[in-house]
Amino acid sequence: MKAKLMQGNEACVQGALKAGMRFFSGYPITPSTEIAELSAVELPKVGGKFIQMEDEIAGISAAIGAALTGVKSMTATSGPGFSLKQESIGYALMAEIPCVVVNVQRGGPSTGLPTAPAQGDIMQSRWGTHGDHSIIALYPSSVRETYDKTIRAFNLAEKFRTPVILLLDEVIGHMREKFFMDENEKIEIIDRIKPTCAPEEYKAYKVLDGEIVPQMPDFGEGYRYHVTGLVHDETGFPSGNEKIAEELVRRLINKIEDNVDDIVEFENYLLDDADILIVSFGASARSSKAAVDRLRNDGYKIGLFRPITIWPSPEKQLLELSKRVKKMIVVEMNAGQYFLEVDRIAHGNTKVEKYGRVNGELITVDEIVSFVKEGQNA
Amino acid sequence: MPSQLVEKYFRVENLPHIWCPGCGNGIVTRAIVKAIDNMNLNKDEVCIVSGIGCSSRASGYLDFNTLHTTHGRALAFATGIKLSKPELTVIVITGDGDAAAIGGNHLIHAARRNIDITTIVYNNHIYGMTGGQYSPTTPTGEKGTTAPYGNIDANFDLCDLVKGAGASFIARGTVYGAKLLEKQIENGIKNKGFSFIEALTICPTYYGRRNKKGSVVDMTTYLKDNAINISAWNKLPKEKKIGKFIVGEIYNNKRAEYTEEYDKIIKSL
Repeated sequence: MKAKLMQGNEACVQGALKAGMRFFSGYPITPSTEIAELSAVELPKVGGKFIQMEDEIAGISAAIGAALTGVKSMTATSGPGFSLKQESIGYALMAEIPCVVVNVQRGGPSTGLPTAPAQGDIMQSRWGTHGDHSIIALYPSSVRETYDKTIRAFNLAEKFRTPVILLLDEVIGHMREKFFMDENEKIEIIDRIKPTCAPEEYKAYKVLDGEIVPQMPDFGEGYRYHVTGLVHDETGFPSGNEKIAEELVRRLINKIEDNVDDIVEFENYLLDDADILIVSFGASARSSKAAVDRLRNDGYKIGLFRPITIWPSPEKQLLELSKRVKKMIVVEMNAGQYFLEVDRIAHGNTKVEKYGRVNGELITVDEIVSFVKEGQNA
Repeated sequence: MPSQLVEKYFRVENLPHIWCPGCGNGIVTRAIVKAIDNMNLNKDEVCIVSGIGCSSRASGYLDFNTLHTTHGRALAFATGIKLSKPELTVIVITGDGDAAAIGGNHLIHAARRNIDITTIVYNNHIYGMTGGQYSPTTPTGEKGTTAPYGNIDANFDLCDLVKGAGASFIARGTVYGAKLLEKQIENGIKNKGFSFIEALTICPTYYGRRNKKGSVVDMTTYLKDNAINISAWNKLPKEKKIGKFIVGEIYNNKRAEYTEEYDKIIKSL
């Protein structure tokens, strides 16, 4: 087992390369820039391509274009750039083009606090693009987990033919911590399913029996299909038919919602006898975990539930927990975004409280402890 | 019965097209496939990328690898395709609003990089799809639904714009001179670098009617009567240039192409 000191943004690029990333297009923005910088260094060494585009929109658009030629592609950004990319994220959802969009979050709204941490893009990652859709968003809370979840983001993008959002906290992206890597570790890599039928029999957006998504050939392989952001039928060509529109939008939602058990990952910490439950993710979950340890020493029956997949949310698990505990506290660096989701799922089964801040400071262990003990913001 | 050319390069099952009677877009689209036919390119290795607007619907009718993208971003998507797979012939179909307004930034940067993409702008001087709003190429003084008292914006000369930005091949043709346009597109595709062809087309429905430009024939004849070839233009006295415009191959100057430069980096490592 080898140990290295590694930064979160660096772990993201290393994970992406391990997953097979061969194209990165982006635009410099704090605190994600190291992801572009390291991609620029590493990609040409493995025959991949890096390009710094003229703006954020071009960054994701080029990544989508590249994905159509058969490569795995990624772009990375932060809050303001994530806002700009939303239309193209919707395009990738609608046209079912796999790619990974990393958002190293910072304080907002607007230019906000460029170098300070915040978890304010929880809802933007869910509903940022217009129209009805489902989306996959992963949320690691350590450098090593950033490596693993970047690989998983690529795997899910390929498996479900969809853009996958990887949310990092500024403090995870910029933090350096010990990174253990076993050279012999087996890592699963998933590639998109490609058609085997003759080009004249190929229907670009038809899902074959037993498969989750349509098969996807590379541009240039002889299948000559059409890709559009318009509502389209199974041939890929535009349609204004209401039945086709309903079926398409439902299929795009259901391919994710029907596979929640496969997609959702979470961590349970000291839940067995807990009557108070903290729900937290990313950097906030690290403070929360330390707070749980300290409160346990003081005799509290408290545990932590940490969603690693925040979208789709671990609804089944949270609902079950809401029936068991006396109180749920959602700890997040925002004014209460995931709280809305947890409160919806708990559905009155238990009391759901929120603890958050929006000033660019991390939530500390002390604060959480005193909030649990005294029931108020420190 | 569709012609052999249409049969070979169009997805005839998707016809008829959505364009209005008298629209010039069909002439430009035919010129593109004729240029491809002249060069005998393999359809599997041609990729057509378009944005949003009337002209951008052409991609759905053409039997290549086709990508109908978001408004203004065709060149950004196309850049990803070309850089990732340089062996593909990448052609962008766009309109004046798509390329020069919402997509203006991508246009100048694709030209600056001199990436090997051929861009054909169907310039009808108006937003047709949304019903006749003024675009960056609507002449000053002309009307649109959003310029009811006359357009006070100055209009872009798109060929000058991309020349300043660094395109290596620039031509302007018209739907009157379809044969010339076809040759320009062919030469644009042959150029290893960013090629820009401005195809002046007509929108009788939204531009012509509101601005009292007469019939489809009148509008087409206007393109013939006022076009002056680049070779003649330079010899004309100033007063004879008023109200006229240049056509022909305006600029052709080879320089380093982006994907080739990138491949040199890969080989050097």
